Amino acid sequence: MSDHSNAHSHGTMNQLMTGFAMAVVLTLVPFALVMSGVEMDRTLLIGIIMGLGGVQVIVHLVYFLHVNSKVEQGWTLTATIFAVVILGIVLAGSLWVMHNMNANMLPMDHDALMGGQGIGLSPEVDHSNMPGMDHSTTGN
Amino acid sequence: MSVTQTTSLGGAHSPAHEEHHHESPTPIGFWIYLMSDCIIFGTLFATYAVLGYSYAGGPSPKDLFEPGFVLIETALLLISSVTFGVAMLRASAGQLGSTVNWLIVTGLFGAGFIAMEIYEFNHLIHIGAGPDRSAFLSAFFALVGTHGLHVTFGLVWLITLTVQLKIHGLNEANMRRMGTLSMFWHFLDLIWIGVFSFVYLVRII
Repeated sequence: MSDHSNAHSHGTMNQLMTGFAMAVVLTLVPFALVMSGVEMDRTLLIGIIMGLGGVQVIVHLVYFLHVNSKVEQGWTLTATIFAVVILGIVLAGSLWVMHNMNANMLPMDHDALMGGQGIGLSPEVDHSNMPGMDHSTTGN
Repeated sequence: MSVTQTTSLGGAHSPAHEEHHHESPTPIGFWIYLMSDCIIFGTLFATYAVLGYSYAGGPSPKDLFEPGFVLIETALLLISSVTFGVAMLRASAGQLGSTVNWLIVTGLFGAGFIAMEIYEFNHLIHIGAGPDRSAFLSAFFALVGTHGLHVTFGLVWLITLTVQLKIHGLNEANMRRMGTLSMFWHFLDLIWIGVFSFVYLVRII
């Protein structure tokens, strides 16, 4: 009888359209903010864009993917939460570690720090530093 | 000992749970695949976050990205996600012809998205902003390219399923495939939210 709420529930037309309407608004607002070139604090604007993106992800999960605590006895939700935790660790961890590395390693390139190895490295900083490795062979 | 264990397990769990549903383990298994895929994208997002400011003297996002273009891509993918939702509802209602039509509409929107992405990549490589230009562009092409590859394979799957539906109709196996492709397709739209927010918009302002 209640085929819709059954199995891997596919929702209803109502749910689909609600999700669509919300997704449209949550997409148009950040695009409008960026395209209109609105005068706003940069950090705040980044926060708004990322925040609305986060809300839209939840809208998609609820209205399109029908993740809730009842589907598959809650295992879908459990797997989702687990993935989100791993994502948080990967993203925050990468940024943290790499920021630390940058903060601690980059000054070596500037001639402000005249370390013993720094002398050989400093000249080629001005060149585009991608294939610039061939210059440093003299250092060996 | 093992006998008592199995009987007690079977007695305690099976009847209570089978009251709900559990025809197939495929949906939950596929969801776990999607979550692992999500972590692949997570690592690519992290790569972009770390390398996204290393231009090596090359172009920056402001020089390359066009918000209007990305908005149309976003619209195509979102609409295709909704039309797939409609196809899914038609399939649940047992309307084969309508299901196939909505799948074709979904495929066209998806193909439009991929066409735009190929155009963008081709354009970027043409103006010397290919993945070999800078770490920023390597990370950009890796992330957006991986998403595009997923959508492309989703399209291959969608075409295959449409043909299967035409031949075999809405049988149990095809309904299961509809369900998993539906998850896959909505999931790719979900990843795209991260792409248009984090890769494009935030870097254009």
